[in-house]
Amino acid sequence: MIRLKVNGKEKMFDGDPDMPLLWYLRDVAGLTGTKFGCGMALCGACTVHQNGEAIRSCSTAMKEVAGAEITTIEGIVPMHPVQKAWMEIRVPQCGYCQTGQIMQAIALLKDNKNPSDQDIDTVMSGNICRCGTYQRIRAAIHQAAKETA
Amino acid sequence: MKLIENVSRRRFVQGALAGGVLILGARYVPRMLHGAAEPAAPSGLEPSLWMAIAADGTVTIVAHRSEMGCGSRTALPLVVTDELDADWSKVKIDQAIGDPKYGDQDTDGSHSVRSSFDLMRQVGAAGRAMLIGAAAAQWNVSAKDCTTEPHFVVHRVSGRKLGYGELAAAAAKLPVPKTEDLQLKSRSEWRYIGKETNALFDLSDMVTGKAIFGMDATMPGMVFASIEHPPVLGQKIKSYDDKAALKVPGVKQTITLETVKPPHLFQPLGGVAVIADNTWAAFKGRKSLKIEWDSSPHSNYNSAEYRKTLEATSRQPGKVARNVGDVDAAFAKGGKIIEAEYYAPHLAHASMEPPVAVADYRDGKVLAWAPTQNPQAVQDTIATALGIKKVDVICHVTLLGGGFGRKSKPDQVAEAAILSKQLGKPVKIVWTREDDIHFDFFHSVAAMYMKAALGPNSKPTAWLQRSVFPPINSTFDATATYGDDEMGLGWNNLPFDIPNHRAENGPADYHVRIGWLRSVANIYHAFAIQSFADELAHAANTDSVEYLLGLIGPARALNLDYKGDDAEEAKTYPFDTGRLRRVVEIAAERSGWSNKPKGKGHGMGIAVHRSFLTYVATVVEVEVDNKGQIHIPGVWTAVDAGTIVSPDNVRNQFEGAAVFGTSLALFGEITATNGMIDQSNFNNYQLARMNRAPRHVDVHVVQSNAPPAGVGEPGVPPFAPALCNAVFAATGKRARELPLSKMKLV
Repeated sequence: MIRLKVNGKEKMFDGDPDMPLLWYLRDVAGLTGTKFGCGMALCGACTVHQNGEAIRSCSTAMKEVAGAEITTIEGIVPMHPVQKAWMEIRVPQCGYCQTGQIMQAIALLKDNKNPSDQDIDTVMSGNICRCGTYQRIRAAIHQAAKETA
Repeated sequence: MKLIENVSRRRFVQGALAGGVLILGARYVPRMLHGAAEPAAPSGLEPSLWMAIAADGTVTIVAHRSEMGCGSRTALPLVVTDELDADWSKVKIDQAIGDPKYGDQDTDGSHSVRSSFDLMRQVGAAGRAMLIGAAAAQWNVSAKDCTTEPHFVVHRVSGRKLGYGELAAAAAKLPVPKTEDLQLKSRSEWRYIGKETNALFDLSDMVTGKAIFGMDATMPGMVFASIEHPPVLGQKIKSYDDKAALKVPGVKQTITLETVKPPHLFQPLGGVAVIADNTWAAFKGRKSLKIEWDSSPHSNYNSAEYRKTLEATSRQPGKVARNVGDVDAAFAKGGKIIEAEYYAPHLAHASMEPPVAVADYRDGKVLAWAPTQNPQAVQDTIATALGIKKVDVICHVTLLGGGFGRKSKPDQVAEAAILSKQLGKPVKIVWTREDDIHFDFFHSVAAMYMKAALGPNSKPTAWLQRSVFPPINSTFDATATYGDDEMGLGWNNLPFDIPNHRAENGPADYHVRIGWLRSVANIYHAFAIQSFADELAHAANTDSVEYLLGLIGPARALNLDYKGDDAEEAKTYPFDTGRLRRVVEIAAERSGWSNKPKGKGHGMGIAVHRSFLTYVATVVEVEVDNKGQIHIPGVWTAVDAGTIVSPDNVRNQFEGAAVFGTSLALFGEITATNGMIDQSNFNNYQLARMNRAPRHVDVHVVQSNAPPAGVGEPGVPPFAPALCNAVFAATGKRARELPLSKMKLV
């Protein structure tokens, strides 16, 4: 039996301990805001927070998150300054990767209150957006940083 | 783009109008996910297929096109809202199921706004006239003395007002005005069309994780399936062993699916499905399957050899797609002869959301939820696969996590329906990223041969171009080898002022499923034409922009031999070289072309292309570092897409097209070895990430009152040639094949 906290709620899981957190969140816990994109930690669509740090849930097995506190996009109280900036700059096109982008951006701003373009590129390049909204993502992160400063 | 339907979009739209803009008595009930109890139909005006007004004033507008990131689901309801003079904050959008009563619903070809703009305006205007009529009757005044302000009818003389909700029930009883009697707003009266404030309807759901994509659709009691497809197109199962797979916790059973026979259409590929309690178990079970496959006629498909065949064909005369003057006679006269060959590989769509669907077969009927660009194709494909009637397939459309043309082809939805029929319960099918890349309907590989003779003034006296590629039509007709449909995609309409010109197409056999990918054949056609134009500029020792403008020549309507629907379309959308020139001039000016960096690893390139009736010029700036890596500090795009609904979204589309163009130009390559696709995930099919994408993309949208044209695709074609031309300016090295990652720049 694996115990963990998801968005502040105690959860127990007695399924396959190799199951990636992503599929637990989506298929078992019914939290579908976290997306499947590649299954190999290559695209970042599945990004959630483990004890406040961004992780790729598609490549993190349930046995690795025993006792952890997991936060998904559903656990972010809207409108977080990052979500607000995403709205104001109108970042999304299809929107599919954006919850992962937002979770990554929130983690970035927690560690770095005023990131440079270079800092943003370094951290955000693990998140692919096939629609190509990178320019707006960068602008939205700067705007959110200003708002929270 | 319409290869399998005989009925053109245009005729569909006319048909809808002939039946009256608002179809009285049509059933109208909002549909919810999860088969939840349907709310009562609004007890007010529900006059039509397209919109309803409830007594509380809520306006529900039907979106009959899919949302895959281009903004169609927002743009069309915005147009209705504007002409209805409703308040956008009181509008809800109801996504249409697949149903021919909406006309063509295929969200492809960058035509959602252009094909439905007039109709949506008429729908809104009809509703507004009926609301005014209801208010006038209640006040016992002339309708002519009444007007509207958002969500109210106002009596001009007395200043009395009635809300749309209050009027809905009475308005519903009034006759629908005739189309010719409708009063459309003037442009200056538009409150939403063309306004900077427009944002995507689903924006807040997208940033909070509430947006429902196909990946998120569920049905009670569903099981999960993952399919091991034949690695080579057409391979049949020789034998298989599922013992180990069935031992994986959560795996319930396996089911074999028949291998598809040509023509492949949108039918499932076949293979072995693993059925499980959850997605992960299905994936894991698949890894333990042992399958032996037969050989296939495509088992000898090897990209390197195939390339040689395409290139050899491109050196031979082909089928003529357009002929002007006498190219052969002009070449015989001599001049400076320049030849070049270009090559562009297969590409995969790689939408962030891989193919996925949920379907439930019950009592001879199918209910499906899918991220599809074309719900009517879902109906057709499932009806054919299961031998049921099209009307017995209900296809609901979720948001699409990207589409780019892949999701016009609903093979995975049919897989879910077939499995559901066998299992007697709803099935969710999820493709892995590897499935998505291995089993795409690939963008075609292409070889182009170009030849020109330069006269004394360095302008071409003759220009021959030949392209060879396995055609999309091979998916619908296995004997098809010529790309007749692709000729209209940037090949039979060279917009240059050259007295002798011939465009040809050579034959090629398919070995994988070929399909539409964002801007389609325009990608390789613009790559060849716009690279070659730049080669001629350099041969003529003339500035590239100046030379390009010289090639385009004076402002005029191109004299092209249009046929059928294209001829009809050309009446509304003539190919105007004046508009083409203008976008070149704007892009050059905004980029600072006249003071551009010159050489030493730093340069700019330009390209211009008209596709989907939109004129686009792009300047790309590159820096090549000492490791030979390409960086893109700036991109300047000028766009003339006629009338625009949401300018900010249009800019977003063209910013995105620069990134899509970067991906295909720098990295995009799908190859096959012995019929199997070599690439599998984002490690070996790379897409531009933030650190490789253009650092800044400037998009200038030309103000225009011309009819609306496409915006989803037209930004892509000029990007790769502009980038390659910039690389030449920076390094003196000419890229004649994509992707550039294969080119040694230092």
